[in-house]
Amino acid sequence: MSLSATGKAPTYGALLLRGLLAGLIAGLLAGVFAYTVGEPKVDAAIAIEEANAHAAGAAADGHHDEELVGRDGQKGGLFLATGLYGAAMGGLLATAYTVLRRRLRTTSDTRAALGLAGAALLGIVLVPYLKYPPNPPAVGNPDTINQRTISYLAIVVIGLVAVWAGVIAARTQPAEWRQALAAAAGFLIVVAVGYLLLPAIDEVPDTFPATLLWNFRIASLGTQAVMWSALGLGFAALATRPVREQAAREAVTV
Amino acid sequence: MPHTQTVRPISTPAISRRLLLTALTVVALMLLISYLVAFDQGAVSRSGMYLHELMHDGRHLLGVPCH
Ligand SMILES: [Zn+2]
Repeated sequence: MSLSATGKAPTYGALLLRGLLAGLIAGLLAGVFAYTVGEPKVDAAIAIEEANAHAAGAAADGHHDEELVGRDGQKGGLFLATGLYGAAMGGLLATAYTVLRRRLRTTSDTRAALGLAGAALLGIVLVPYLKYPPNPPAVGNPDTINQRTISYLAIVVIGLVAVWAGVIAARTQPAEWRQALAAAAGFLIVVAVGYLLLPAIDEVPDTFPATLLWNFRIASLGTQAVMWSALGLGFAALATRPVREQAAREAVTV
Repeated sequence: MPHTQTVRPISTPAISRRLLLTALTVVALMLLISYLVAFDQGAVSRSGMYLHELMHDGRHLLGVPCH
């Protein structure tokens, strides 16, 4: 794992390992947040869902009714889900960092890593979040799941394109304040077009408690915020360390 | 920027064709893992609905449409 000894740039493999590790840790931290803040809301929503199912004579076509995995199992599985997802995002972040680092106009590796993580948070979390806010169990019509999944994937892609458009637009401008303005304009135009083109989805039943929905959505946003902050900071720390050590060694020998 | 280049140690490997191919493979693998967590219903994991149900709460709290 220690590559700085060779006096060369870290390999892609080394950066990837660091990304996967930072991602796994970030995912587990996000899991801890989701477990403590989010699970009580999921439990409350499932209680409503089950009450509804009973009231409807238990038509029993929802997948929760199969009890393939009990509630305790699902709460443990939460950590598997966030851990795997975090590791995957860490792998993608490390890959983006490796491929794009030389194109980013900063001399700071830490800024480059944090900038990429921030761009990901904006593009694949915040842009989708505002168009299709996450829903707890008992919200959502099972018949529209395919349509909702496709729309969700589309808005994730649009979010990434919007970030990219913002960067491209900024680079057309010489002055800093005009760069910021161009970035915002490029980003917002793509987001606005995406929001207008994609169908609106609102499947919240009238009877679903508004405060529970609000609290669940905050918990979900917090989960992603923990995930990407921890991933960005963790990867920045791990990926720049061998370089810093090498710099220190060279400074001594010179 | 060029004048700092000589001071700043190289922080990423040179981009080669081989590296890009490896990177593409890794991206595909990472997307597959995300797919398993977020969308798979047994078709890829070959576990029936077991993994899908196990990661159910994670899907909801990560903000992925579930059911
Ligand atoms: Zn569900």
